Amino acid sequence: MVGELAAAVQGRGRTGSLTPMAEPLIRFNEVTKEFPRPDGAGSFTAVDRLSFTIEEGEIVAVLGKTGCGKSTMFNLLSGLIEPTRGSVRVAGHDPFGEFDFFRGKIGIVFQNDRLMPWRSALKNVVLGVEILDTKRSEAERLARRWLDRLGLSGHENDWPHALSGGMRQRVSIARAFAVEPDILLCDEPFSSLDEMTARDLRTEFVRLVKQSGKTAVFITHHINEALDVGDRIMVFHRPARIAFEAHLDAVARSNGRQAIEDEILKVLSQETKAVV
Amino acid sequence: MGSGSRVTQLLKASAGIVALLAAWQIASYFFPHFLFPPVQDVIGRTVKIIFTWPDLVQVLETAGRIFAGLLGAFFLGALIAIPIGRYPRFEAYVNPLLVFLQGIPALSWVIIAIIWFHGTEFRIFFIMVITTLPAFTFQILDSYRSMSKDLFEMTMSFRPRGWTLFRVLVVPTIVPGILTAWKINLGNSARVVVVAELVGATGGVGYELLRQQQLFDMAGALAWTIQLVLFVLIVQQVIVWLENWLLRYRAVAERAA
Repeated sequence: MVGELAAAVQGRGRTGSLTPMAEPLIRFNEVTKEFPRPDGAGSFTAVDRLSFTIEEGEIVAVLGKTGCGKSTMFNLLSGLIEPTRGSVRVAGHDPFGEFDFFRGKIGIVFQNDRLMPWRSALKNVVLGVEILDTKRSEAERLARRWLDRLGLSGHENDWPHALSGGMRQRVSIARAFAVEPDILLCDEPFSSLDEMTARDLRTEFVRLVKQSGKTAVFITHHINEALDVGDRIMVFHRPARIAFEAHLDAVARSNGRQAIEDEILKVLSQETKAVV
Repeated sequence: MGSGSRVTQLLKASAGIVALLAAWQIASYFFPHFLFPPVQDVIGRTVKIIFTWPDLVQVLETAGRIFAGLLGAFFLGALIAIPIGRYPRFEAYVNPLLVFLQGIPALSWVIIAIIWFHGTEFRIFFIMVITTLPAFTFQILDSYRSMSKDLFEMTMSFRPRGWTLFRVLVVPTIVPGILTAWKINLGNSARVVVVAELVGATGGVGYELLRQQQLFDMAGALAWTIQLVLFVLIVQQVIVWLENWLLRYRAVAERAA
């Protein structure tokens, strides 16, 4: 059933600036990442011949158990590490090799807020814009606007230690959005928050991404979160390879949500059996 | 900290000083004044130095030497520490050298400087830099290493240029370590500068101490010593204020009192 549903959704046209002939915005081609073992005895494979594409304007939720290689894929995509084999291309460029090209093009929301404790909320949001050599007044104007959109007006001059966990994560979202990136990468950004705050922020996040027409890759280990956020869901098995994939739209979310959820659970439990 | 506990702390600190002064004053009644001059004589001489311009110039000369030496060691230490932090393989070469330098007594450096260099000021500058360099380097290096990996990755995700990374991340990270290094080295350098001036200078607190020794003038020796102590205390307090301002982002409990 899920297969049919996914196929039906997959066939629908997607709004966006790219024509059907255009190159996908993100392309992983047979990507493998190996790390040396800490004891020096050989290496272990975190990502194994992973291939996928992501179109412009898509929100892709990547789901998988802890240690399945989601974060390694995330680091490869953000250009923080280099693949051992294969190629990663974002807008046709190598995110690891072409460091300067991606300045201001990728925004990242991390699992923890990663605010600089010596900067006020405003200055933390200014950070990315400041790195892009934007004039100070313009950078502050942008930062204030994003803080306002995320409901943090009046907290501009607060130090991070004076903010709650949810507020701090809002600041980090504002920081990622303020640089007006083409792509947003999110690594379990709401996992450390309570369910109510996480739900509010998730809704806010999806609204902001949709409004600005950005492409987003959203890593999570919560099935419901993946279903709430993603236009497409990719479930990873260890070492990072796609075990299940489904496209979702509003219809699929409301009518087929339970079926997709069951399918994902089945796929994840298969991995458990294989590992055991 | 409440004002009540501040007063209590001040009273406790004062009690020790008052007890020392009282013991000294009592000693002055039983021993010759060239050994234990009365407290009022020492205070009088101390105040006289402060309000006599040529004497005050001597104090300022010493203060200038301390600052010059500390600034030199600070910049050189940063120049050594940051590349080591960035490229740890250099540490294997530089670390033993710094540890070796740290083990050489200040007096040995005074002798070496007198033999090596001609100009008095450069000799003192060299001694000050070389004796405080290892501590500055180690302190800055430790601060650099304590840089948060999370913050580094976050900053790198915006792909900053080298100088911008240094300005927005490295400098704020090492500031607490730099302030600690200044506080520690200030006391050390005040001790070293006296030795350096004592042997090779024709002005400054160290030179004046040598004169007081030749005159067998204990009140003068103490008065000149107190100038240096007062200087260190004032600068320490300035550093604490600076620290409280620069690190004001920390929760109050974490900051220097």
